[in-house]
Amino acid sequence: MKVDHNIEPILKIKDLKKSFGENHVLNSYNMELFDGENLVVMGKSGSGKSVMIKCIVGLIQPDSGSIEIMGKDIMKLDHSELDFLRTEIGFLFQGSALYDSMTVRENLEFPLRIHNDSPEKKEELVLDALESVGLRHTLDLMPSELSGGMKRRIALARAIILQPKVIIYDEPTTGLDPITAKEIIELMREIQLKQGSSSLIITHDVDCARVISNRMILLIDGINYAEGTFKELSSLKDKKIQAFFK
Amino acid sequence: MTNTFKITSNIKNFFIEIGELSYFAGHFFKEAFSRPFEFKELLRQCYKMGNRSLLLVGVTGFILGLVFTLQSRPTLADLGVESWIPSMVSISIVREIGPVIIALICAGRISSGIGAELGSMRVTEQIDAMEVSGTNPFKYLVVTRIMATTLMVPLLIIFGDTIALFGSALVEYLKSDVSFLLYFNKVFNALKFTDIIPATIKTFFFGFAIGLVGSYKGYNCKKGTVGVGEASNTAVVYTSMLIFIIDFIAVFVFDIFFEI
Ligand SMILES: Nc1ncnc2c1ncn2[C@@H]1O[C@H](COP(=O)(O)OP(=O)(O)OP(=O)(O)O)[C@@H](O)[C@H]1O
Ligand SMILES: [Mg+2]
Repeated sequence: MKVDHNIEPILKIKDLKKSFGENHVLNSYNMELFDGENLVVMGKSGSGKSVMIKCIVGLIQPDSGSIEIMGKDIMKLDHSELDFLRTEIGFLFQGSALYDSMTVRENLEFPLRIHNDSPEKKEELVLDALESVGLRHTLDLMPSELSGGMKRRIALARAIILQPKVIIYDEPTTGLDPITAKEIIELMREIQLKQGSSSLIITHDVDCARVISNRMILLIDGINYAEGTFKELSSLKDKKIQAFFK
Repeated sequence: MTNTFKITSNIKNFFIEIGELSYFAGHFFKEAFSRPFEFKELLRQCYKMGNRSLLLVGVTGFILGLVFTLQSRPTLADLGVESWIPSMVSISIVREIGPVIIALICAGRISSGIGAELGSMRVTEQIDAMEVSGTNPFKYLVVTRIMATTLMVPLLIIFGDTIALFGSALVEYLKSDVSFLLYFNKVFNALKFTDIIPATIKTFFFGFAIGLVGSYKGYNCKKGTVGVGEASNTAVVYTSMLIFIIDFIAVFVFDIFFEI
Protein backbone atom coordinates (compact mmCIF):
# COMPACT_ATOMS: atom_id res chain seq x y z
CA MET A 1 0.00 0.00 0.00
CA LYS A 2 1.26 3.44 -0.96
CA VAL A 3 1.35 5.90 1.90
CA ASP A 4 1.45 9.61 1.24
CA HIS A 5 3.72 11.21 3.82
CA ASN A 6 3.17 14.73 2.56
CA ILE A 7 -0.35 15.02 3.94
CA GLU A 8 -1.09 15.66 7.61
CA PRO A 9 -0.80 12.53 9.76
CA ILE A 10 -4.02 11.15 11.24
CA LEU A 11 -2.26 10.69 14.57
CA LYS A 12 0.67 12.73 15.80
CA ILE A 13 2.54 12.34 19.08
CA LYS A 14 5.10 14.95 20.08
CA ASP A 15 7.51 14.83 22.98
CA LEU A 16 5.39 12.47 25.06
CA LYS A 17 6.66 12.00 28.62
CA LYS A 18 5.27 9.76 31.31
CA SER A 19 6.77 8.58 34.62
CA PHE A 20 5.36 6.50 37.42
CA GLY A 21 7.27 7.84 40.42
CA GLU A 22 10.94 7.13 39.74
CA ASN A 23 10.10 4.87 36.82
CA HIS A 24 10.58 7.03 33.71
CA VAL A 25 8.65 5.03 31.15
CA LEU A 26 8.41 7.46 28.23
CA ASN A 27 11.04 10.18 27.70
CA SER A 28 10.15 12.33 24.76
CA TYR A 29 8.49 9.85 22.44
CA ASN A 30 7.52 10.99 18.94
CA MET A 31 5.36 9.23 16.39
CA GLU A 32 3.22 9.93 13.35
CA LEU A 33 0.63 7.64 11.83
CA PHE A 34 -0.52 8.35 8.27
CA ASP A 35 -3.78 7.58 6.58
CA GLY A 36 -4.04 3.99 5.39
CA GLU A 37 -0.75 2.90 6.91
CA ASN A 38 0.13 -0.09 9.07
CA LEU A 39 2.60 1.11 11.65
CA VAL A 40 4.20 -1.49 13.91
CA VAL A 41 5.76 -0.48 17.23
CA MET A 42 8.13 -2.99 18.78
CA GLY A 43 9.74 -2.83 22.18
CA LYS A 44 10.79 -5.04 25.06
CA SER A 45 8.30 -6.08 27.68
CA GLY A 46 7.84 -3.20 30.09
CA SER A 47 9.21 -0.61 27.68
CA GLY A 48 6.01 1.39 27.84
CA LYS A 49 4.17 0.34 24.68
CA SER A 50 0.86 -0.14 26.44
CA VAL A 51 1.35 3.08 28.37
CA MET A 52 1.92 4.94 25.10
CA ILE A 53 -1.27 3.72 23.44
CA LYS A 54 -3.27 4.27 26.61
CA CYS A 55 -2.14 7.89 26.50
CA ILE A 56 -3.49 8.10 22.96
CA VAL A 57 -7.02 7.15 24.00
CA GLY A 58 -6.91 9.17 27.21
CA LEU A 59 -6.80 6.26 29.65
CA ILE A 60 -3.53 7.53 31.09
CA GLN A 61 -2.68 11.21 31.51
CA PRO A 62 0.80 11.94 30.15
CA ASP A 63 3.09 14.23 32.13
CA SER A 64 3.83 16.40 29.13
CA GLY A 65 3.80 16.41 25.36
CA SER A 66 0.97 16.57 22.86
CA ILE A 67 -1.21 14.02 21.10
CA GLU A 68 -3.21 15.06 18.07
CA ILE A 69 -5.80 12.81 16.48
CA MET A 70 -7.23 14.06 13.19
CA GLY A 71 -6.01 17.52 14.05
CA LYS A 72 -7.50 17.61 17.55
CA ASP A 73 -5.34 17.80 20.63
CA ILE A 74 -6.86 15.20 22.96
CA MET A 75 -5.59 16.95 26.07
CA LYS A 76 -7.70 20.00 25.25
CA LEU A 77 -10.98 18.13 24.73
CA ASP A 78 -13.77 17.94 27.28
CA HIS A 79 -15.37 14.64 28.26
CA SER A 80 -18.04 14.42 25.59
CA GLU A 81 -15.69 15.55 22.81
CA LEU A 82 -13.19 12.93 23.91
CA ASP A 83 -15.87 10.25 23.97
CA PHE A 84 -16.86 11.24 20.48
CA LEU A 85 -13.29 11.11 19.23
CA ARG A 86 -12.90 7.69 20.81
CA THR A 87 -15.58 6.32 18.49
CA GLU A 88 -13.11 6.99 15.66
CA ILE A 89 -10.55 4.74 17.33
CA GLY A 90 -10.83 0.99 17.66
CA PHE A 91 -8.83 -0.51 20.51
CA LEU A 92 -7.91 -4.17 20.81
CA PHE A 93 -6.72 -4.85 24.36
CA GLN A 94 -3.79 -7.08 25.20
CA GLY A 95 -6.01 -9.59 27.02
CA SER A 96 -9.09 -9.10 24.81
CA ALA A 97 -10.99 -7.49 27.73
CA LEU A 98 -14.38 -8.91 26.80
CA TYR A 99 -17.09 -8.10 29.36
CA ASP A 100 -17.52 -11.48 30.97
CA SER A 101 -20.95 -10.84 32.43
CA MET A 102 -22.34 -10.18 28.95
CA THR A 103 -23.00 -12.39 25.94
CA VAL A 104 -21.07 -11.93 22.72
CA ARG A 105 -24.03 -9.99 21.30
CA GLU A 106 -24.12 -7.62 24.28
CA ASN A 107 -20.36 -7.20 24.09
CA LEU A 108 -20.63 -6.08 20.48
CA GLU A 109 -23.62 -3.85 21.16
CA PHE A 110 -21.83 -2.02 23.95
CA PRO A 111 -19.85 0.42 21.76
CA LEU A 112 -23.10 1.15 19.87
CA ARG A 113 -24.68 2.64 23.00
CA ILE A 114 -23.22 6.02 22.12
CA HIS A 115 -25.39 6.19 18.97
CA ASN A 116 -29.15 5.93 19.08
CA ASP A 117 -29.50 3.30 16.42
CA SER A 118 -32.67 1.28 15.96
CA PRO A 119 -32.55 -2.35 17.20
CA GLU A 120 -32.61 -3.59 13.60
CA LYS A 121 -29.66 -1.43 12.66
CA LYS A 122 -27.76 -2.63 15.74
CA GLU A 123 -28.50 -6.24 14.92
CA GLU A 124 -27.22 -5.69 11.41
CA LEU A 125 -23.98 -4.06 12.62
CA VAL A 126 -23.39 -6.83 15.16
CA LEU A 127 -23.95 -9.58 12.60
CA ASP A 128 -21.74 -7.81 10.07
CA ALA A 129 -18.90 -7.49 12.55
CA LEU A 130 -19.24 -11.12 13.64
CA GLU A 131 -19.36 -12.20 10.02
CA SER A 132 -16.11 -10.42 9.27
CA VAL A 133 -14.32 -12.39 11.99
CA GLY A 134 -16.10 -15.60 11.00
CA LEU A 135 -17.83 -16.26 14.32
CA ARG A 136 -21.49 -15.66 13.59
CA HIS A 137 -22.57 -18.78 15.46
CA THR A 138 -21.19 -17.50 18.78
CA LEU A 139 -23.78 -14.72 19.01
CA ASP A 140 -25.43 -15.89 22.23
CA LEU A 141 -22.45 -17.49 23.95
CA MET A 142 -20.72 -16.09 27.03
CA PRO A 143 -17.01 -15.18 26.79
CA SER A 144 -16.20 -17.99 29.24
CA GLU A 145 -17.42 -20.45 26.62
CA LEU A 146 -14.91 -19.24 24.01
CA SER A 147 -11.30 -20.23 23.38
CA GLY A 148 -8.50 -17.67 23.62
CA GLY A 149 -8.32 -17.26 19.85
CA MET A 150 -12.09 -16.85 19.55
CA LYS A 151 -12.04 -14.23 22.32
CA ARG A 152 -9.39 -12.29 20.46
CA ARG A 153 -11.51 -12.37 17.32
CA ILE A 154 -14.64 -11.24 19.15
CA ALA A 155 -12.62 -8.44 20.73
CA LEU A 156 -11.48 -7.52 17.23
CA ALA A 157 -15.08 -7.49 16.05
CA ARG A 158 -15.98 -5.22 18.95
CA ALA A 159 -13.09 -2.88 18.14
CA ILE A 160 -14.14 -2.44 14.51
CA ILE A 161 -17.91 -2.33 14.92
CA LEU A 162 -18.07 1.46 14.66
CA GLN A 163 -15.81 1.36 11.59
CA PRO A 164 -13.10 3.47 13.19
CA LYS A 165 -10.53 5.44 11.19
CA VAL A 166 -7.68 4.24 13.40
CA ILE A 167 -7.35 0.79 14.92
CA ILE A 168 -4.89 0.23 17.75
CA TYR A 169 -3.84 -3.35 18.39
CA ASP A 170 -2.07 -4.17 21.66
CA GLU A 171 -0.17 -7.39 20.99
CA PRO A 172 -2.85 -9.01 18.84
CA THR A 173 -1.05 -12.34 18.50
CA THR A 174 0.47 -12.80 21.96
CA GLY A 175 -0.57 -15.96 23.74
CA LEU A 176 -1.93 -17.62 20.59
CA ASP A 177 -0.53 -20.61 18.75
CA PRO A 178 1.24 -19.79 15.44
CA ILE A 179 -1.66 -20.92 13.28
CA THR A 180 -4.27 -18.90 15.14
CA ALA A 181 -1.85 -15.98 15.19
CA LYS A 182 -1.60 -16.16 11.39
CA GLU A 183 -5.39 -16.16 11.14
CA ILE A 184 -5.61 -13.05 13.30
CA ILE A 185 -3.00 -11.28 11.16
CA GLU A 186 -4.92 -12.28 8.05
CA LEU A 187 -8.09 -10.89 9.60
CA MET A 188 -6.39 -7.61 10.45
CA ARG A 189 -5.35 -7.23 6.82
CA GLU A 190 -8.80 -8.05 5.52
CA ILE A 191 -10.40 -5.54 7.84
CA GLN A 192 -7.91 -2.90 6.86
CA LEU A 193 -8.62 -3.46 3.18
CA LYS A 194 -12.37 -3.47 3.73
CA GLN A 195 -12.54 -0.38 5.94
CA GLY A 196 -9.52 1.53 4.67
CA SER A 197 -8.44 2.27 8.23
CA SER A 198 -4.99 3.00 9.58
CA SER A 199 -3.51 0.61 12.10
CA LEU A 200 -1.11 1.03 14.95
CA ILE A 201 0.14 -2.40 15.96
CA ILE A 202 2.07 -3.14 19.11
CA THR A 203 3.83 -6.47 18.98
CA HIS A 204 6.78 -8.64 20.02
CA ASP A 205 6.11 -10.97 17.14
CA VAL A 206 8.71 -10.52 14.38
CA ASP A 207 6.67 -12.59 11.91
CA CYS A 208 3.64 -10.46 12.53
CA ALA A 209 5.71 -7.31 12.03
CA ARG A 210 7.20 -8.58 8.78
CA VAL A 211 3.87 -9.51 7.27
CA ILE A 212 1.84 -6.52 8.25
CA SER A 213 4.05 -3.47 8.61
CA ASN A 214 4.48 -0.66 6.12
CA ARG A 215 6.74 1.07 8.58
CA MET A 216 8.14 0.26 12.01
CA ILE A 217 9.23 2.09 15.13
CA LEU A 218 11.42 0.58 17.82
CA LEU A 219 10.59 1.88 21.27
CA ILE A 220 13.74 1.64 23.36
CA ASP A 221 14.57 3.58 26.54
CA GLY A 222 11.34 5.51 26.28
CA ILE A 223 12.04 7.08 22.89
CA ASN A 224 11.42 6.21 19.23
CA TYR A 225 14.90 4.75 18.96
CA ALA A 226 14.73 3.78 15.29
CA GLU A 227 12.25 4.11 12.43
CA GLY A 228 12.01 2.57 9.00
CA THR A 229 10.66 -0.36 7.01
CA PHE A 230 11.11 -3.90 8.27
CA LYS A 231 13.92 -4.44 5.77
CA GLU A 232 15.77 -1.28 6.71
CA LEU A 233 15.63 -1.93 10.43
CA SER A 234 16.51 -5.61 10.26
CA SER A 235 19.68 -4.79 8.32
CA LEU A 236 20.96 -2.23 10.85
CA LYS A 237 24.01 -3.20 12.88
CA ASP A 238 23.04 -1.57 16.21
CA LYS A 239 23.10 -4.20 19.00
CA LYS A 240 19.91 -3.01 20.66
CA ILE A 241 18.09 -3.18 17.34
CA GLN A 242 19.56 -6.52 16.30
CA ALA A 243 18.19 -8.09 19.48
CA PHE A 244 14.66 -7.76 18.09
CA PHE A 245 15.30 -9.57 14.85
CA LYS A 246 17.18 -12.60 16.12
CA MET B 1 11.50 2.42 66.70
CA THR B 2 10.45 0.50 63.58
CA ASN B 3 7.34 -0.75 65.34
CA THR B 4 6.26 2.74 66.26
CA PHE B 5 6.92 3.73 62.68
CA LYS B 6 4.75 0.88 61.40
CA ILE B 7 1.91 1.78 63.71
CA THR B 8 1.98 5.45 62.78
CA SER B 9 2.12 4.65 59.07
CA ASN B 10 -0.79 2.25 59.50
CA ILE B 11 -2.82 4.95 61.20
CA LYS B 12 -1.84 7.38 58.45
CA ASN B 13 -2.94 4.91 55.76
CA PHE B 14 -6.22 4.42 57.56
CA PHE B 15 -6.99 8.14 57.39
CA ILE B 16 -5.85 8.36 53.78
CA GLU B 17 -8.23 5.53 52.98
CA ILE B 18 -11.10 7.33 54.72
CA GLY B 19 -10.28 10.43 52.71
CA GLU B 20 -10.27 8.51 49.44
CA LEU B 21 -13.49 6.75 50.32
CA SER B 22 -15.16 10.11 51.01
CA TYR B 23 -13.88 11.45 47.71
CA PHE B 24 -15.29 8.35 45.99
CA ALA B 25 -18.64 8.96 47.69
CA GLY B 26 -18.56 12.59 46.54
CA HIS B 27 -17.89 11.43 42.99
CA PHE B 28 -20.87 9.10 43.30
CA PHE B 29 -23.24 11.93 44.23
CA LYS B 30 -21.91 14.07 41.40
CA GLU B 31 -22.45 11.33 38.82
CA ALA B 32 -25.68 9.98 40.26
CA PHE B 33 -27.60 13.17 39.58
CA SER B 34 -26.32 13.95 36.10
CA ARG B 35 -27.52 12.55 32.81
CA PRO B 36 -27.63 10.02 31.26
CA PHE B 37 -29.18 7.62 33.79
CA GLU B 38 -28.55 3.92 33.42
CA PHE B 39 -31.99 2.65 34.41
CA LYS B 40 -31.73 -0.66 32.65
CA GLU B 41 -28.47 -1.56 34.34
CA LEU B 42 -29.84 -0.35 37.70
CA LEU B 43 -32.82 -2.68 37.41
CA ARG B 44 -30.59 -5.54 36.38
CA GLN B 45 -28.38 -4.99 39.43
CA CYS B 46 -31.39 -4.74 41.77
CA TYR B 47 -32.74 -7.98 40.42
CA LYS B 48 -29.39 -9.72 40.64
CA MET B 49 -28.74 -8.63 44.23
CA GLY B 50 -32.21 -9.41 45.47
CA ASN B 51 -32.32 -12.71 43.71
CA ARG B 52 -28.92 -13.82 44.95
CA SER B 53 -29.46 -12.88 48.59
CA LEU B 54 -33.12 -13.75 49.11
CA LEU B 55 -32.67 -17.35 50.18
CA LEU B 56 -29.67 -16.56 52.34
CA VAL B 57 -31.46 -13.73 54.12
CA GLY B 58 -34.59 -15.85 54.52
CA VAL B 59 -32.77 -18.77 56.11
CA THR B 60 -30.71 -16.51 58.37
CA GLY B 61 -33.79 -14.57 59.44
CA PHE B 62 -35.77 -17.70 60.18
CA ILE B 63 -33.02 -19.22 62.31
CA LEU B 64 -32.46 -15.90 64.02
CA GLY B 65 -36.10 -15.65 65.14
CA LEU B 66 -36.20 -19.29 66.12
CA VAL B 67 -33.03 -19.28 68.21
CA PHE B 68 -33.64 -15.91 69.77
CA THR B 69 -37.06 -17.00 71.01
CA LEU B 70 -35.85 -20.37 72.24
CA GLN B 71 -32.99 -18.75 74.15
CA SER B 72 -35.03 -16.06 75.87
CA ARG B 73 -37.96 -18.31 76.72
CA PRO B 74 -36.60 -19.98 79.88
CA THR B 75 -35.65 -16.70 81.57
CA LEU B 76 -38.98 -15.08 80.80
CA ALA B 77 -40.79 -18.27 81.85
CA ASP B 78 -38.98 -18.17 85.19
CA LEU B 79 -40.31 -14.69 85.71
CA GLY B 80 -43.74 -15.82 84.59
CA VAL B 81 -43.92 -13.32 81.74
CA GLU B 82 -43.89 -15.64 78.74
CA SER B 83 -46.66 -13.54 77.27
CA TRP B 84 -44.12 -10.76 76.73
CA ILE B 85 -42.18 -12.85 74.24
CA PRO B 86 -43.87 -11.52 71.06
CA SER B 87 -43.37 -7.90 72.01
CA MET B 88 -39.87 -8.35 73.33
CA VAL B 89 -38.67 -10.43 70.39
CA SER B 90 -40.27 -8.21 67.77
CA ILE B 91 -38.85 -5.02 69.22
CA SER B 92 -35.33 -6.40 69.47
CA ILE B 93 -35.43 -7.92 66.02
CA VAL B 94 -36.99 -5.00 64.18
CA ARG B 95 -34.97 -2.35 65.94
CA GLU B 96 -31.54 -3.84 66.21
CA ILE B 97 -30.74 -7.48 65.63
CA GLY B 98 -32.48 -7.95 62.30
CA PRO B 99 -31.00 -4.93 60.52
CA VAL B 100 -27.47 -5.47 61.80
CA ILE B 101 -27.27 -9.23 61.23
CA ILE B 102 -28.85 -9.09 57.81
CA ALA B 103 -26.69 -6.13 56.81
CA LEU B 104 -23.64 -8.16 57.84
CA ILE B 105 -24.87 -11.07 55.74
CA CYS B 106 -25.31 -8.69 52.80
CA ALA B 107 -21.81 -7.34 53.41
CA GLY B 108 -20.49 -10.87 53.02
CA ARG B 109 -22.60 -11.64 50.01
CA ILE B 110 -23.04 -8.40 48.08
CA SER B 111 -20.12 -6.19 49.08
CA SER B 112 -17.53 -8.89 48.49
CA GLY B 113 -19.28 -9.81 45.25
CA ILE B 114 -19.06 -6.24 43.98
CA GLY B 115 -15.43 -6.01 45.12
CA ALA B 116 -14.49 -9.17 43.26
CA GLU B 117 -16.50 -8.37 40.15
CA LEU B 118 -15.29 -4.81 39.68
CA GLY B 119 -11.79 -5.86 40.76
CA SER B 120 -11.52 -8.49 38.07
CA MET B 121 -13.00 -6.08 35.55
CA ARG B 122 -10.31 -3.57 36.46
CA VAL B 123 -7.51 -6.14 36.28
CA THR B 124 -8.60 -7.57 32.93
CA GLU B 125 -8.98 -4.04 31.51
CA GLN B 126 -12.73 -4.35 31.02
CA ILE B 127 -13.23 -1.01 32.76
CA ASP B 128 -10.70 0.59 30.41
CA ALA B 129 -12.50 -1.01 27.48
CA MET B 130 -15.75 0.60 28.60
CA GLU B 131 -14.14 3.99 28.88
CA VAL B 132 -12.60 3.67 25.43
CA SER B 133 -15.96 2.82 23.90
CA GLY B 134 -17.41 6.09 25.11
CA THR B 135 -19.35 4.89 28.16
CA ASN B 136 -18.57 6.36 31.56
CA PRO B 137 -17.66 3.24 33.56
CA PHE B 138 -18.12 4.98 36.91
CA LYS B 139 -21.69 5.73 36.02
CA TYR B 140 -22.43 2.41 34.39
CA LEU B 141 -20.78 0.19 37.00
CA VAL B 142 -20.43 2.08 40.27
CA VAL B 143 -23.44 4.39 40.41
CA THR B 144 -25.86 1.63 39.46
CA ARG B 145 -24.43 -0.75 42.04
CA ILE B 146 -24.46 1.72 44.92
CA MET B 147 -28.03 2.74 44.07
CA ALA B 148 -29.07 -0.89 43.82
CA THR B 149 -27.69 -1.78 47.25
CA THR B 150 -29.20 1.35 48.80
CA LEU B 151 -32.61 0.25 47.52
CA MET B 152 -32.34 -3.51 47.92
CA VAL B 153 -30.70 -3.91 51.33
CA PRO B 154 -33.62 -2.22 53.16
CA LEU B 155 -36.04 -4.50 51.31
CA LEU B 156 -33.99 -7.54 52.17
CA ILE B 157 -33.90 -6.46 55.81
CA ILE B 158 -37.68 -5.99 55.94
CA PHE B 159 -38.05 -9.41 54.37
CA GLY B 160 -35.57 -10.96 56.82
CA ASP B 161 -37.27 -9.33 59.82
CA THR B 162 -40.62 -10.72 58.73
CA ILE B 163 -39.27 -14.22 58.31
CA ALA B 164 -37.56 -13.94 61.71
CA LEU B 165 -40.89 -13.09 63.33
CA PHE B 166 -42.44 -16.12 61.65
CA GLY B 167 -39.64 -18.24 63.10
CA SER B 168 -40.33 -16.84 66.51
CA ALA B 169 -44.09 -17.36 66.12
CA LEU B 170 -43.45 -20.97 65.17
CA VAL B 171 -41.58 -21.57 68.43
CA GLU B 172 -44.37 -19.99 70.41
CA TYR B 173 -46.93 -22.08 68.57
CA LEU B 174 -45.07 -25.32 69.23
CA LYS B 175 -44.06 -24.55 72.80
CA SER B 176 -47.10 -22.90 74.27
CA ASP B 177 -49.76 -23.16 71.62
CA VAL B 178 -49.92 -19.44 70.89
CA SER B 179 -51.67 -19.09 67.51
CA PHE B 180 -49.98 -17.12 64.71
CA LEU B 181 -52.89 -14.68 64.78
CA LEU B 182 -52.50 -13.98 68.48
CA TYR B 183 -48.72 -13.77 68.12
CA PHE B 184 -48.82 -11.17 65.38
CA ASN B 185 -51.60 -9.32 67.15
CA LYS B 186 -49.26 -8.87 70.09
CA VAL B 187 -46.40 -7.92 67.76
CA PHE B 188 -48.37 -5.15 66.11
CA ASN B 189 -49.55 -3.87 69.46
CA ALA B 190 -46.01 -3.68 70.72
CA LEU B 191 -44.35 -2.14 67.66
CA LYS B 192 -44.64 1.63 67.37
CA PHE B 193 -43.70 3.85 64.49
CA THR B 194 -40.81 5.14 66.56
CA ASP B 195 -39.46 1.58 66.44
CA ILE B 196 -39.95 1.00 62.75
CA ILE B 197 -39.08 4.35 61.15
CA PRO B 198 -35.60 4.91 62.63
CA ALA B 199 -34.73 1.24 62.08
CA THR B 200 -35.73 1.50 58.44
CA ILE B 201 -33.90 4.77 57.89
CA LYS B 202 -30.63 3.31 59.04
CA THR B 203 -30.96 0.34 56.70
CA PHE B 204 -30.66 2.71 53.74
CA PHE B 205 -27.30 3.82 55.13
CA PHE B 206 -26.28 0.19 55.57
CA GLY B 207 -27.16 -0.44 51.93
CA PHE B 208 -25.25 2.63 50.82
CA ALA B 209 -22.18 1.55 52.80
CA ILE B 210 -22.31 -1.96 51.34
CA GLY B 211 -22.39 -0.68 47.76
CA LEU B 212 -19.92 2.13 48.38
CA VAL B 213 -17.14 0.12 49.99
CA GLY B 214 -17.50 -2.83 47.61
CA SER B 215 -17.36 -0.54 44.59
CA TYR B 216 -14.51 1.56 45.99
CA LYS B 217 -12.37 -1.48 46.66
CA GLY B 218 -13.14 -3.15 43.34
CA TYR B 219 -12.89 -0.05 41.18
CA ASN B 220 -9.49 0.88 42.61
CA CYS B 221 -8.24 -2.68 42.63
CA LYS B 222 -4.50 -3.24 42.29
CA LYS B 223 -3.22 -5.23 39.36
CA GLY B 224 -3.01 -9.00 39.54
CA THR B 225 -5.24 -11.72 40.87
CA VAL B 226 -3.93 -11.08 44.38
CA GLY B 227 -5.43 -7.62 44.09
CA VAL B 228 -8.89 -9.03 43.33
CA GLY B 229 -8.85 -11.32 46.36
CA GLU B 230 -7.68 -8.48 48.53
CA ALA B 231 -10.34 -6.13 47.15
CA SER B 232 -13.12 -8.57 47.91
CA ASN B 233 -11.73 -9.43 51.33
CA THR B 234 -11.12 -5.89 52.55
CA ALA B 235 -14.52 -4.88 51.18
CA VAL B 236 -16.20 -7.26 53.63
CA VAL B 237 -14.03 -6.22 56.56
CA TYR B 238 -14.47 -2.50 56.00
CA THR B 239 -18.18 -2.79 55.30
CA SER B 240 -18.80 -4.81 58.47
CA MET B 241 -16.94 -2.27 60.54
CA LEU B 242 -18.80 0.58 58.88
CA ILE B 243 -22.14 -1.10 59.58
CA PHE B 244 -21.42 -1.09 63.32
CA ILE B 245 -20.25 2.51 63.20
CA ILE B 246 -23.37 3.60 61.31
CA ASP B 247 -25.51 1.63 63.74
CA PHE B 248 -23.89 3.36 66.68
CA ILE B 249 -24.34 6.82 65.15
CA ALA B 250 -27.93 6.04 64.17
CA VAL B 251 -28.89 4.89 67.66
CA PHE B 252 -27.19 7.94 69.12
CA VAL B 253 -28.95 10.38 66.78
CA PHE B 254 -32.36 8.76 67.00
CA ASP B 255 -32.06 8.73 70.76
CA ILE B 256 -31.95 12.52 70.63
CA PHE B 257 -34.84 12.92 68.17
CA PHE B 258 -37.19 10.11 69.13
CA GLU B 259 -36.22 9.62 72.77
CA ILE B 260 -36.27 5.86 72.33
N1 LIG C 1 -0.76 2.25 36.26
C1 LIG C 1 0.56 2.09 36.44
N2 LIG C 1 1.13 2.46 37.62
C2 LIG C 1 2.45 2.32 37.81
N3 LIG C 1 3.30 1.83 36.89
C3 LIG C 1 2.81 1.45 35.70
C4 LIG C 1 1.41 1.57 35.42
N4 LIG C 1 1.19 1.10 34.17
C5 LIG C 1 2.39 0.73 33.70
N5 LIG C 1 3.36 0.93 34.61
C6 LIG C 1 4.80 0.67 34.41
O1 LIG C 1 5.18 1.18 33.17
C7 LIG C 1 6.11 0.32 32.54
C8 LIG C 1 5.65 0.01 31.13
O2 LIG C 1 4.47 -0.77 31.17
P1 LIG C 1 3.72 -1.22 29.86
O3 LIG C 1 2.52 -1.96 30.30
O4 LIG C 1 3.53 -0.08 28.97
O5 LIG C 1 4.74 -2.24 29.20
P2 LIG C 1 4.64 -2.91 27.78
O6 LIG C 1 5.69 -2.32 26.95
O7 LIG C 1 3.26 -2.83 27.27
O8 LIG C 1 5.03 -4.40 28.13
P3 LIG C 1 4.35 -5.76 27.66
O9 LIG C 1 4.96 -6.07 26.36
O10 LIG C 1 4.77 -6.73 28.71
O11 LIG C 1 2.89 -5.54 27.60
C9 LIG C 1 6.26 -0.90 33.42
O12 LIG C 1 7.46 -0.79 34.12
C10 LIG C 1 5.10 -0.81 34.38
O13 LIG C 1 5.50 -1.27 35.64
MG1 LIG D 1 1.62 -4.14 27.06
